[in-house]
Amino acid sequence: MKRLSYYRREQIEGLMFIMPALVLFLVFLAYPMVYGLLLSFTNNRNANAALNFTGLSNYIRLFTKDSYFQVSLRNSLVYALTFSPAVLIAALLVALLLNAKIKGSHALRVVCFLPYLTSMVAVATVWNILLAPNGPVNAILRAIGVSNPPGWLMDKDWALFSVTMVAVWKNFGYYMIILLAGLQGIPNYLYESARIDGATSAKCFRYVTLPMLTPTIFLCLITIIIAAFQEFDIINIMTQGGPGRATNMLVYRIYVEGFTNMKMGYASAIAYTLFAIIMVITLIQFRLQKVWVNYD
Amino acid sequence: MTENRMGRLSARRLSPARVIRITLMTVAFLALFFIMAFPFFYMLTSSLKHDADVFTKSVFYIPNPPVWSNYVRVWTEIDFMQYYLNTIKVTILATAAQLVISALAAYAFAKMRIPAKNFFFGLFIATMMVPWTAIMIPQFVVVTKMHLYDTHAALILLQCFSAFGIFLLRQFFMGIPNELCEAATIDGCGHLRIFTRIMLPLSHSAVSALVIFSFIKVWNDYMAPLIYLQTPSKRTVQLGLSLFRSQYSMEYGLVMAGTVCALLPMILLYMLCEKQITEGIAFSGMKN
Repeated sequence: MKRLSYYRREQIEGLMFIMPALVLFLVFLAYPMVYGLLLSFTNNRNANAALNFTGLSNYIRLFTKDSYFQVSLRNSLVYALTFSPAVLIAALLVALLLNAKIKGSHALRVVCFLPYLTSMVAVATVWNILLAPNGPVNAILRAIGVSNPPGWLMDKDWALFSVTMVAVWKNFGYYMIILLAGLQGIPNYLYESARIDGATSAKCFRYVTLPMLTPTIFLCLITIIIAAFQEFDIINIMTQGGPGRATNMLVYRIYVEGFTNMKMGYASAIAYTLFAIIMVITLIQFRLQKVWVNYD
Repeated sequence: MTENRMGRLSARRLSPARVIRITLMTVAFLALFFIMAFPFFYMLTSSLKHDADVFTKSVFYIPNPPVWSNYVRVWTEIDFMQYYLNTIKVTILATAAQLVISALAAYAFAKMRIPAKNFFFGLFIATMMVPWTAIMIPQFVVVTKMHLYDTHAALILLQCFSAFGIFLLRQFFMGIPNELCEAATIDGCGHLRIFTRIMLPLSHSAVSALVIFSFIKVWNDYMAPLIYLQTPSKRTVQLGLSLFRSQYSMEYGLVMAGTVCALLPMILLYMLCEKQITEGIAFSGMKN
């Protein structure tokens, strides 16, 4: 009897322990997730109005009439397809370089990681000046013989690429640290036995390093792609979606439609489209991991 | 190292392939170092230049004498001090609340018998997959209905629940032997005492990793302040900086001085906690 009441007490106490997290979860995550889905079927314009359902019209409009949305969907896809591999490859190459333990590798690690600590506002401010048509980057390019350097953020053909480049510069350091830890976690005896079997450095990389690193690469890839689709800060600060519509992306559209144009129902429809895209891509990745990720 | 091995190493060092490899690596190293460091170098030097010199002088020009007045103007002309205080307040409160709430839940998940434990834990962990931007509109509606629009409380409350924090701490708590808790129970400790006296002190590395992550995230946050704050005196550093740079867009030296000031606390944090930051990131990467 006494034992039973002890269990009961522990159960109640345990629920008290998770109660603050549970309440916050319900109020700021679970409820908004349901409410947002409902909101996406309405034409609500502000936060306080009652829901006014309009069926699927928001979604139909998005995919048939709204060229701004379609451009930003395309830009987001292009961005995710370029940003993600670029970040991953940069992080991997630098991690390999640092793992070689050459002189000064600590200094290199610090400068590669510094942009991660820097806010996007600061990064965007500096790069806006660096990439100005008559700015330092073009001055350096001219000095090394590029006679007609691009206008970067001012040029609609180069703007998306420029934004991607800056985002890669800012973000790869974080993944580099994760991959470096992954590299250092590969046991030495694997390399030693490969060497005994006569493997060259290239073969060691292909048959030991890469397979052993696939779980870490998989984890990074999931996070990078989700982050790529959610990019907002850099767009709002550096380009405001311009020039023209060249750098409009999904989250920037959500922000503009929801908070500038005050079309919250419509913005929610974009948000749920984004949600669906991220979910589908993440699920596909989890399916595909059986093909290439090595869990031994 | 045996003599044989030494001999092999020096033989490899002499081969042309190795010379090429070392040269390539050195070039890559220097180029990378330049690309990564130059923007910071430029930020710092430009903050000490006259506006007119930013674009006209050489890229590598180091101002002599430095123009300190840019820094004076940042702190006198703009309400930077207020932005700093606001950000410090929001960052500290959000980080502390997130830590306490995550640690309590993590302890319950790791060491207590509670009904539907796996269900709740799974539910929390699943939210790591939910993109924040997808629910920012309904979240805004909820916050507005609670009359928290244009308050720092909104920013703090939105940071309090962290599935990542709960997960990280739970993993760590699981690694602490149950015998320790049982011994404390026999000595008459309740769960709250075990939590504060045994678990938290033993997990200081996970706790500090979480604190640092949250600190970096909240300090550098731009979107939430942009959406939730309206009154100028409530702005955070990042929001203030972003508005200030569009307002003074032609005064490059001044804008760069503001940027350096916004960055300084993070540099300081990194210098003090480099080990914890690196290990924390590595830890979060391995455990997922």
